[in-house]
Amino acid sequence: MTPALQITDLSHSFGERKALDQVDFSVKPGDFTVLLGLNGAGKSTLFALATHLYHNRSGSISVFGHDIRHHASQALRRMGVVFQQPTLDLDLSVEQNLSYHCALHGMARGLAKQRIEAELERLQLADRRHDKVRLLSGGLRRRVELARALLHEPHLLLLDEPTVGLDIASRGFLLDHVRALCADRALAVLWATHLIDEADDKSRVVVLHKGKVRAHGSVPDVVAAAGADSLKSAFQSLTGEAP
Amino acid sequence: MNPAAYFRCCLGILAREFLRFLNQRSRFVSALVRPLVWLILFASGFRFVLGVSIIPPYETYIPYQVYIAPGLLAMIQLFNGMQSSLSMVYDREMGNMRTLLISPLPRWFLLTSKLLAGALISVPLAYAFLAVAWFWDVEPPYWGYLAVLPALLLSGLMLGALGLALSSLIRQLENFAGVMNFVIFPMFFASSALYPLWRVKEGGLALWYVCQANPFTHAVELIRFALYLKLDCVSLAVVAGSTILFLALAILGYDPGRGMLARKGGGE
Repeated sequence: MTPALQITDLSHSFGERKALDQVDFSVKPGDFTVLLGLNGAGKSTLFALATHLYHNRSGSISVFGHDIRHHASQALRRMGVVFQQPTLDLDLSVEQNLSYHCALHGMARGLAKQRIEAELERLQLADRRHDKVRLLSGGLRRRVELARALLHEPHLLLLDEPTVGLDIASRGFLLDHVRALCADRALAVLWATHLIDEADDKSRVVVLHKGKVRAHGSVPDVVAAAGADSLKSAFQSLTGEAP
Repeated sequence: MNPAAYFRCCLGILAREFLRFLNQRSRFVSALVRPLVWLILFASGFRFVLGVSIIPPYETYIPYQVYIAPGLLAMIQLFNGMQSSLSMVYDREMGNMRTLLISPLPRWFLLTSKLLAGALISVPLAYAFLAVAWFWDVEPPYWGYLAVLPALLLSGLMLGALGLALSSLIRQLENFAGVMNFVIFPMFFASSALYPLWRVKEGGLALWYVCQANPFTHAVELIRFALYLKLDCVSLAVVAGSTILFLALAILGYDPGRGMLARKGGGE
């Protein structure tokens, strides 16, 4: 099976500072993979490279076999992204924000309307569709961003610290929804976070520390390989720092 | 991606920019008040100081406010172009820019669409200014109102492309003050917007060369001639050439392999 996301020997630096060092891992369809790392681990650089914001210096990133550098369009149309920073237009309504995204993917108006309708229902946002984003709580804004990332029916979903600043209920809703998408639609998910409890036993985990992958595999495997009794203590022994 | 997808994408970008513009009424008002202050206060004060002789495209002596009206139209577009540059920097900081850049359509197309949207937004502003200026004796021939439209669009594109190119170089919002000091003011004052270039030549040859080399001068002259149903071919060539040059620089600036983003790690 072609991996949804294949990262091979990826290195990147800004001047002297090495942000990523020979990073190697893959995400398969249906996998919920947690990219676990502290602030400054290189998660956001990895996301910037994977979303073609700028080119990687060495190594490769491919999405369902399409190299991001050489076939960006093919790769990007299969990918949905929720960025760490808020990326919604606060002065536009929920629906206007979603329509804009559909237009950016060249979607026909009828199809866009249908997809927006479906995602708003699924994420329980239908009654807020005409509200300006500015009026929504942080949790609801994140849901709109998730709805937006799913409009073009991607097969790979990248989320960069999506639960930062959210309350427990909003965080739970987002996690449950994305996990359900993995199970129901065989969506491949890369979920970057520094919150260790967001990786459950069914998840796969990539431990990224100071630009290097310290461990990669299913949570029970990573815990066992580190000779630890929990992911938290495995993380501590792999990185020498508390999560 | 088929041509219809490109069309829908471009339309979506235009729609978003117009919606944003409509939501920022204060931006519309301030964009209009700025040139009107110049027309009503500055021109009234200076009409007795500065006499304007008969120079093309005018066929008679003209009052000073008639002379500076095309320069103020270009000023609207200069500020609009820089404002869209500001919005790119703001967008990038807020992350909105990334929404645009993860579209599967080519980056040059996305940036050109954004540029087109900015230029189109400046057109209703320019006409609103002309409507008010009519009460201050700025009365070009009726057909001039139509003839000036392509000139406004082209100069709007050129100044927008300059803004876009600058936005790829600026990483911080605070640097916009630098853009004001180093781009907007020198471009505006070292041009034919406020005084005819023969007067500048009398003052100093070096400054005259600077004014001649300033693409903003040519945008002003293109608009001035079009408003009076004439075509200044040199200005047309300079404005069109500068548009292509600035757009190429902007596309290079946002290129994932070469641009400033790659070197400095924008979006981190």
